[in-house]
Amino acid sequence: MGGILSIQNIRKGVNQCMSERTFVGGIHPSYSKEYTAGIPITSARPPSQVIIPLHQNIGAPCEPVVEVGDEVKLGQKIGEPKGFVSAPVFASVSGKVTKIEPYNHPLGNPVEAVFIESDGQDTPFEGMEPTKPLEQLTVDELKTIAKEAGLVGLGGATFPTHVKLAPPPETSIDTVIINGAECEPFLTADHRLMLEYADDIVYGLMAFMKALGAKKGIIGIEDNKPDALQSMEKAVSEGKGEYDIEVHALHTKYPQGAEKMLIKATTGREVPTGALPMAVNVVNQNVGTAVAMTEAIKLGKPLYERVVTITGPGISQPANLMVRNGTLISDIIEQCGGMTDDARKLILGGPMMGLAQPSTDVPAIKGTSGVLILTEEFVEELPIDPCIKCGKCLEGCPMNLPANFIGSASEMGKMDLAERYGAMDCFECGCCTYTCPAKRPLVQWIKIAKGEITASRKK
Amino acid sequence: MDRKLVVSSSPHLRSPEDIQSVMVDVLVALFPVALMAVFLFGYRALVTMVIAMVVAMVTEAIILRKKDIFGDGSAAVTGLLLAMTLPPSPPWWVVAVGSVVAIVIGKHLFGGVGNNIFNPALVGRAVLAVSWAGHVAGDVWIQPVPFDLTVLSVTRTTVSDAVTAASPLATYDASLLDLFIGTVPGSLGETSALALIIGAIWLYFRGHIDWRIPGGFIGIVFIMGLLDGGFTMGVYHVLAGGVLLGALYMATDMVTSPVTPIGKIIFGVGCGVVTMVIRMFGTMPEGVTFGILLMNALTPIIDNLTIPKKFGEVKKNDA
Repeated sequence: MGGILSIQNIRKGVNQCMSERTFVGGIHPSYSKEYTAGIPITSARPPSQVIIPLHQNIGAPCEPVVEVGDEVKLGQKIGEPKGFVSAPVFASVSGKVTKIEPYNHPLGNPVEAVFIESDGQDTPFEGMEPTKPLEQLTVDELKTIAKEAGLVGLGGATFPTHVKLAPPPETSIDTVIINGAECEPFLTADHRLMLEYADDIVYGLMAFMKALGAKKGIIGIEDNKPDALQSMEKAVSEGKGEYDIEVHALHTKYPQGAEKMLIKATTGREVPTGALPMAVNVVNQNVGTAVAMTEAIKLGKPLYERVVTITGPGISQPANLMVRNGTLISDIIEQCGGMTDDARKLILGGPMMGLAQPSTDVPAIKGTSGVLILTEEFVEELPIDPCIKCGKCLEGCPMNLPANFIGSASEMGKMDLAERYGAMDCFECGCCTYTCPAKRPLVQWIKIAKGEITASRKK
Repeated sequence: MDRKLVVSSSPHLRSPEDIQSVMVDVLVALFPVALMAVFLFGYRALVTMVIAMVVAMVTEAIILRKKDIFGDGSAAVTGLLLAMTLPPSPPWWVVAVGSVVAIVIGKHLFGGVGNNIFNPALVGRAVLAVSWAGHVAGDVWIQPVPFDLTVLSVTRTTVSDAVTAASPLATYDASLLDLFIGTVPGSLGETSALALIIGAIWLYFRGHIDWRIPGGFIGIVFIMGLLDGGFTMGVYHVLAGGVLLGALYMATDMVTSPVTPIGKIIFGVGCGVVTMVIRMFGTMPEGVTFGILLMNALTPIIDNLTIPKKFGEVKKNDA
């Protein structure tokens, strides 16, 4: 027995090709997790000043509820949401508000931000105290906790958590999926959380399940993190009580952690085009969000800090740091020994979907999952060749879109054609651009098309 | 910090593959085929291949005004593929004209790499076939003599009656084993199914071809052959002539074949049907060239009609 054609190997092959535990399409970039996968989470140096943007989530921004000159405490609410799809922001140090004015923001345009000079005391806000144990909390209390703690999706999309916990009455949620795929190359923040905060992740999942009345919980993890799988299995078997929770090993493939791909891989359900996961009775939450939920319940701690992976060939000492909201990236880079001489690009997030920054003077926000610094060899400007119609973009597209045709239509300004080919279904994972041998910036063109199509629909 | 940071749209990683590496992979895939051609037809085969490639590359370099003769490698591929469709010893100028036509008319008049509608090598081949039929078809085939590298004089430009032999598509009496190994008269690159399959396996594992176009092409040729004359005739039609060369290397040309999965099958089947119709009912013994060229013309339409369903599209209709 044994050998390449053994039953086990054939089964493995079939599983890899046919298993539910993945999706069709995707790519296999070099994962480069070795920089930080083995480094435990440590706290970043307490910042002397924080600059906290009042808009850190998808949806409406916040209004400041403090004034210049006010003394604030750690965990005190400083921004109150202006709409339902929004989340409050909190002081991440104790000290004095020195300014409230627009400042650089990771998403590009300057955003109104609260500047707080730290007094170095970290005096906690009185309101931060443990709530009740999960068994005693009602559904409404859980939703309020998520809302009042300012929870947003920490995978990077920053969608307010309490909105996901409040589906319309006609929708019933039967499954909550915790996203531990962490398919972005380089990033290891979620990986470390699964090793170090496994119990909190399970607890947070149970809280989400209770809030939504979901019968089933699934934790999906790419199989390139066997230690995380083991850690979560253990935490689930010890902590799940009467909850029905499974850990799923997923095929390692980018973008396995994309919402729709994860749902397909773990439940076999396909979210209809243009719809949200709740259309297939599922809610997704990131592992970091689950930990934040647990801390909000057990400690009364709002979301004012998160784990950030500082990594890449361009940073002297890669690390997984607990970084406070509003800490300047320049400060974090300095703590990690600074950039190497050949560092040329700063990306907030991962290399596939993260945003390149023109300056290190930008604050870390709720959605900052990584600080990635790339070197000379990654920034080489590649000449754009004509499309050779190899079809690798279509093969790689998790949404099964003909990216080459959409890209070319957009390049030529034919936005109606781009729309007909499915531009609006693109979630910008970047597989097409990655895989294109002609080095065509497909997803960039598709983003342009999406912008123009959205603008013309509003007219 | 006064360091200049580069800002660009995501993704910030790119696959190491580029057009040149794809073309080099194709050249590597054609290596066993080229080796077999020399093994069967002697050094004269090498001369034909070198002329075709060098003229194609030089022509392209002149058109693009680039000193880098190899460039993205696509001209070398075109030249080599053209040579593969030619008999062992056409006059050098026929080969050169074929290469120039392939590059100028087949490729650059349409806008160069990526923009051509027809497979450039087959455009060159087709022009030669109608313009100098006596040099590329008819009494030009020789019976290969394995290991006799000087079976043809290196400088000889025509084949004397003494060594000419009929194409297996004229006689329909070659043994299947000979057809598989390649010890039959034919074009440089078409006779050895063995070498063609080895190269195609390489291309498959490098991710440059998938099963759909060759599968559709070869499948329909086999079925039509089978219906015409039984199982052996089905296999014969697949192995004899240019079907394997065409199905594995010409029809799979990325630029001139459909992108969509279903489109690829339709395209492959279309190539096979036209090929067989020409073989069975036409005046020419072989139809691969025109089968593929005809389907090339239909590629944009096929692509447009077969855009695959998006993720989540079917479910929406069910709901």
